[in-house]
Amino acid sequence: MDAFIVISLIKIAVVAFVLLTAVAYLQWVERKVIAHIQLRMGPYRVGPHGLLQPLADVIKLITKEDMMPSYVNKPLYLFAPFIAVCMALLSIAVIPFGPTITVFGYQTNMQLTDLNIGVLYILAASSMGVYGIALAGWASNNKYALLGGLRSSAQMISYELPMALAIASPLLVSNTLSLKELVGTQSGNILHWNILHGPFPQIIAFLIFLIAGFAETNRVPFDLPEAENELVAGFHTEYSSMKFASFFMAEYLNMVTVSSMATLLFLGGWEAPWPAAYGSNLIPSAIFLVAGLTALYHAANPARKMDKYTLPVFGIVFLGIAGLFLLPLVQSWLLPLFWFCAKTGVILFFFMWVRATLPRFRYDQLMGFAWKFLFPVAMLNLLVTSFLVAWFS
Amino acid sequence: MDVILFLIFAIIAVVSAINVVVQTHPISSAVSLIGVMGSLAVLYLLLGAEFIAAAQVIVYAGAVMVLFIFVILLLNAGAETKRGRSFMVQLLGVPLLIALLGLLVFFVDRLFPRSVTVHFGGFSGGSAQAVGRALFTTYLLPFEVTSILILIAILGAIVLARKELD
Amino acid sequence: MSAVPISWYLTLSAVIFALGVAGFLFRHNIITVFMSIELMLNAVNLSFVTFSYQLKQVNGHLFTFFVMVVAAAEAAVGLAIILTVFKNRSTLNIDDIDSMKN
Repeated sequence: MDAFIVISLIKIAVVAFVLLTAVAYLQWVERKVIAHIQLRMGPYRVGPHGLLQPLADVIKLITKEDMMPSYVNKPLYLFAPFIAVCMALLSIAVIPFGPTITVFGYQTNMQLTDLNIGVLYILAASSMGVYGIALAGWASNNKYALLGGLRSSAQMISYELPMALAIASPLLVSNTLSLKELVGTQSGNILHWNILHGPFPQIIAFLIFLIAGFAETNRVPFDLPEAENELVAGFHTEYSSMKFASFFMAEYLNMVTVSSMATLLFLGGWEAPWPAAYGSNLIPSAIFLVAGLTALYHAANPARKMDKYTLPVFGIVFLGIAGLFLLPLVQSWLLPLFWFCAKTGVILFFFMWVRATLPRFRYDQLMGFAWKFLFPVAMLNLLVTSFLVAWFS
Repeated sequence: MDVILFLIFAIIAVVSAINVVVQTHPISSAVSLIGVMGSLAVLYLLLGAEFIAAAQVIVYAGAVMVLFIFVILLLNAGAETKRGRSFMVQLLGVPLLIALLGLLVFFVDRLFPRSVTVHFGGFSGGSAQAVGRALFTTYLLPFEVTSILILIAILGAIVLARKELD
Repeated sequence: MSAVPISWYLTLSAVIFALGVAGFLFRHNIITVFMSIELMLNAVNLSFVTFSYQLKQVNGHLFTFFVMVVAAAEAAVGLAIILTVFKNRSTLNIDDIDSMKN
């Protein structure tokens, strides 16, 4: 019992630290990705390749003056960013990053807790996230904020339906609500993943889930609640410093949750695309090896002045990681973690790619799309899946 | 542990419920009501009703209350103005209410002795599987009827909302 | 002591129900009155789940489930009615909505 509590506390500390750092760096990655898509440099002044930019941003946000407009509804104004971050953090508690592992003789899941209603728990946490935005919009006592809050609550209610229906169909195939068991049913190779497996491959559900995920996280092309050219900054117009940062963090945390959910539900979680016997355990090493060699090659022919010093460091770090993946001692937990992060990362990259590419929807188009297209398609998909699952079982 | 958890969430529930009633602004009442629903969900978990707890948060706290808040935002409803209440309510309301509460508590106390207790894990039949099985076997007809009810409610809401346009 | 008497749950349910009744009687805003009804439904749900625990049967959960479904439908229709009332009379005070009274 005591060991359980200690291990749980350690896991919570590690996950919270890694997650919050990842969220800070996600923003750096996003700025870099969008910059490169638009043929810009992105942040590069703070630290090598702008790697210390998140740190600078955090310091800036903490030390900024915390404005409190005089006409706001104080309790709710203060409560709204808190609830947004809390609900975003809550969902991480049930997301498994890997299988059960043994550390120093203790068996533990690579997951904070394994609920047997894990999927419902995540749906619940995400449905509570609306309040942060709606209340922020109302409590700010500002017409732009109110419009942003109204839009977002309508949008999130509308997109929750196709999202829930899209989640339901892989659950029918996997026949469980626990996220850990969900991955267990998809083990083996890529053909067993829910996106390709079963009586009815869930590729349509996957696409619907992703589209609804974009809307749930208020991302482009569904970022109507914060459409800056019509609503200033939408629901967080009146927020500054850390309170603004809370909404920002909540958005990125929700992105991480949606991506991990897509990974777990459709892409087989931490399972490798093909068995280790056929060499899938060498893939991470190979990727990091290539990255390290590329960095070293560019260090030999530096394009910029500082590259002479920074790129060799990156090259050696990458080679070190490549070597780490070959150690049998850590392979058992590092490999699942790699596959989970890789799949989640690809979806996160997709989020950024879309943001750099697509224009914003008009509001009536957004609602029409949810109700007249996504919802019926999700419904049909669920119907066909359930018929086929019933037929073949 | 059970007692501590129960007391924490029971107190949150009661305080929020009092807040629902005494707050003059509807949005404060709505937020307090979300507090009641959230703490009741935790109590459901303590009673072994995990599926109902999740449904409580998703359906009640997540969907119904969002609808309430949405309407309050849409109408930009202000704080309630003080108004003279009817004589009967003023005179008899509180005493009758306390009498009702006293009666309920009295019967509860008589019918359920202290020895009948609840401890976490004492009942594990509330999983999604068990609820689903009962829903699609014993309660199939009511289930189908509620689906028709929802359909009618959707139609009714649309008809009501459209009417104001002309 | 690690177990909670079942009467505590039922008493809590009774208290919340009474508060719901109080809100229903004393408030003038339609939306708050409507929320008081939800409060009463929640109180009843709590006693259903408690009885379900006591009888070790799942039926109480099913009743709760149906109450939730009906409450959701009721909220949709009720709020649509409130919207219409507000559009026609631009008030949310129940005392002002009295055209059916003589």
